[in-house]
Amino acid sequence: MVHKLSGAIALGAALMLSTSAFAQDKRVVTWNADYDPIPLAAAEALIADFEAANPEIAVQLTNFDHEAYKNAIRNFLTADAPDLANWYAANRMRPFVEAGLFADISDVWANNGLMDSLASSVPSSTIDGKQYAIPYTYYQWGIYYNRDAYAAAGVEVPGAEGVSWDQFLANCEKFKAASIDCVTTGSSALWPVAGIFDYVSLRTNGYQFHSDLAAGKVSWTSPEARAVFDNLGKLQPFVTENHAAIDWQDAAAIFVQGKAANYVMGNFAVGVFKEGGMTNDNLGFMVFPEITAGVARAEEAPTDTIHLTSGAKNPDDAKTFLAYMASAEAQSKWNAAVGQLPTNSGATVDPADPFLTAGFQALSTATGGIAQFWDRDADAEYAKVGMEGFQQFLVQPEQLEAILARLEQARTRLYPQ
Amino acid sequence: MAQASQATAPRRWNQRTVAPWLFLAPGLFMFGVYVLWPIIQSVTLSFYDWNGLYNQDGQFTGRFVGMGNYAELMTDPAFETSLWNNLKWLVLYMLALPIGLFIAIFLNQTVTGIRLYKSLFFFPFVISQVVVGLIFAWFYAPNFGLFYLLTESITGKGTAILANPDLVTYGIIAAGLWPQIAYVMILYLTGLNNVAPDQIEAARLDGAKGWRMLWYVVLPQLRPATFIAVIVTVIGALRSFDLVSIMTNGGPFGSSRVLSYYMFEMALGEYGFRMGYGAAIAVVLFAIMMIFISGFIWKMWRDEKER
Repeated sequence: MVHKLSGAIALGAALMLSTSAFAQDKRVVTWNADYDPIPLAAAEALIADFEAANPEIAVQLTNFDHEAYKNAIRNFLTADAPDLANWYAANRMRPFVEAGLFADISDVWANNGLMDSLASSVPSSTIDGKQYAIPYTYYQWGIYYNRDAYAAAGVEVPGAEGVSWDQFLANCEKFKAASIDCVTTGSSALWPVAGIFDYVSLRTNGYQFHSDLAAGKVSWTSPEARAVFDNLGKLQPFVTENHAAIDWQDAAAIFVQGKAANYVMGNFAVGVFKEGGMTNDNLGFMVFPEITAGVARAEEAPTDTIHLTSGAKNPDDAKTFLAYMASAEAQSKWNAAVGQLPTNSGATVDPADPFLTAGFQALSTATGGIAQFWDRDADAEYAKVGMEGFQQFLVQPEQLEAILARLEQARTRLYPQ
Repeated sequence: MAQASQATAPRRWNQRTVAPWLFLAPGLFMFGVYVLWPIIQSVTLSFYDWNGLYNQDGQFTGRFVGMGNYAELMTDPAFETSLWNNLKWLVLYMLALPIGLFIAIFLNQTVTGIRLYKSLFFFPFVISQVVVGLIFAWFYAPNFGLFYLLTESITGKGTAILANPDLVTYGIIAAGLWPQIAYVMILYLTGLNNVAPDQIEAARLDGAKGWRMLWYVVLPQLRPATFIAVIVTVIGALRSFDLVSIMTNGGPFGSSRVLSYYMFEMALGEYGFRMGYGAAIAVVLFAIMMIFISGFIWKMWRDEKER
C-alpha cells in the first residue's frame, strides 16, 4: 500500500514537473475545450501562433469528449475552474451567467472594438447589457439540394438566388409524382425539425416575432403562430415519411442516394454528404425561400463561443487570448481549417469552397437578423417542449389544436404572465 | 472474559449481543451510505427547484418550492404518458412468464445436443440490453429493416414501428421481452430439475396428463421459481430504461417515455438539468416499486417464520 502510494506521488510529481518545467517562467492560461480532431488541431495551431506573439504566456488546452463536456463543465466550473471554457451563445450560456460562473468581459469587447467587428454576434453574446462570450465561429443553415434528384424528376435546378415559396411547393408536387421526397430530415434526435420550423417561422413573420416566440412572449394560439403552422402544413406532406425514427445521418443517406431532393440542414452536414459520394457538381445550396413578401430575410447561424470563467486564476492573460480569438486573423485561420464561418466581419473565407462562400454571402446580407437555432434561442425546457410539438405536427398535422394547447400550457407555466 | 465484561457492564453489552452488530456493521455501513443516504437526499431534493449548479463560492443555488414539483407532475402530460407506458410495460412484460414456462417445458427433455439448444435460447439474456436495443432498432428501421420490409410485402405499405406514436411502446416491449423470456426460461428450467419424479409417476398412475398434469402437479412444485420470475419481471419492467434510451430516446415526441427515462431526461438530459423535478419523478417511481418490494419482503418474512 505504502509503495503504491509513494509510487503515485512520484508519478504525480513527475507529471507536475514536466508541465511546470515547460511553463517555468511563463504565465499559464488554462482552457477547457470539446474539440473533435480537426478543430483541435486548428486550435493548437492558433495557440502556437499566440505563444509566438506573446512569449511570456503559455496556453494549456485540456480537451474533452464532446458529449462528456456537457456534464463536465457543470462540475469543473465550480470545483476547479480553468481560465477559459468553450460553450455556446445566447440562452445556452444563461444558466452559467446567472449562477455567476461566467465572467463579464464587456471590457474585452470595448477595448478591442469588437462591437463593430463582431457586430452580428452582439445580441447572442449579451445578457442584461453585458458581454459574456467571445464568438469565434458559426455556420449557416439553409437548403442543400441534390442536383441529380432534380434532374431525375425533371425539375429545374434553382439558381443562385433560390426559388420562391410557391415554386418550391410546386417543385415538391413534381418530386412526389416521381416518388422522390421533396424535403428530408431525420428527427429522432428532435433538433433537425427545429431547423425547418425556425425557417418557416422566420420567413412567415420575421426575426422579431420568431425571437419573441422563442422567448415565450407570444401566444402559440395567436394568428401569427397559426400562420407558421399553416405554412409548415403545406410542407408536411412532402417531408420524408417516418423521419421520427431515423437520425439525421440516415436522412443524409437518403439525400445522397437521390431519394430526396432537399435537406434543410447546417453546413456541418456538407462533410457527411461528400463522404457519401457527393461533389460540388451535384450538391447545391440555397437560402430558404421567401414566404411572406417584404419580411426582411433572417438566417440561422448557431455560434460557438469561448468564455472567461469567474474562477479564473489568470484573468488578465486570458483576456489577451480572448481578444486574439476575436481577431480577424485568428478567426480566418481557425475557420479555414475547420470549414466554418468566422464571426469577425474583417475575416476572410476560402473562396474555393462554394458552400462557405454562399453561406458567408447569405449571412452578411441577412438584414433581418441572425437567429441562433431554436434550442439556443429558447430556454432548454421550453425548447424541448417546442421541438416535440414541431415533430408531432410533422407526423400528425391533424393534431394541431392539441399541440398548440400543450405548447401554450407550457408557455404559461414557464413564463407566468 | 465473559465474566469480566459482565462485571463492568450490564448484560446487554456482552460478546453475544455485540458480535452480530459487528458482523452486520460493514453491510449496514454500505447500505446506509449507498442506499439510505441517496434515498433521503433524493426526497429532500424533490422539494427544491435546482439546475444542478453551485455558484462560485460552492453554495447550493436551489430554491425551496415545497410540494411544487409534485403539483407540477399532476398536470404534466409527459408524466401521464410515462405512467401509462409503465403500466403497459408491467402488464405486457408478464407475458414472459407463460412463454418462458412453455419454452422451458419444451426444452426439458433429453435429446442429443439439447444443451446447445438451451444455450441458444438463453443467449438473448447474455447479451447486453444495449445490443438488444440496437438489433431491434435495425429490425424495425424504416426502408431497410426486416420488419418494415415484411409488412411492406404483406400489406403493400411498410410500418415503421418506432416512428408510430401508437405502436412504439409495444415495439420496445417486444424487444425487452426477448431477453426477459430467456431469463424466465432459465429460472423454470432449474425449477423443473427439482420437480419430484415420484409425484409425476404417481400422478401418471392416477391418469393425469396434459394440462391437468401441468396445472395440478407440475406448477405447484414450480411455485418458488414462479415467485422469483414474477419479481424479476416486475422490476425489469419498472426499470426499463436502456431500451427506451437506445431505440427511441423517448420519441417520437415523447410517446415512448417511461418514468425512469423521463427522470433521466429531466435531471440529466441535454434539455433538462431540473434536478428537483427529476428527483420528484424518482420518488414516485420508488413509491411504485416499494409496493412490489414490500410484497416480496413480506412473503419472504412469512416463509422464514413458517420454516
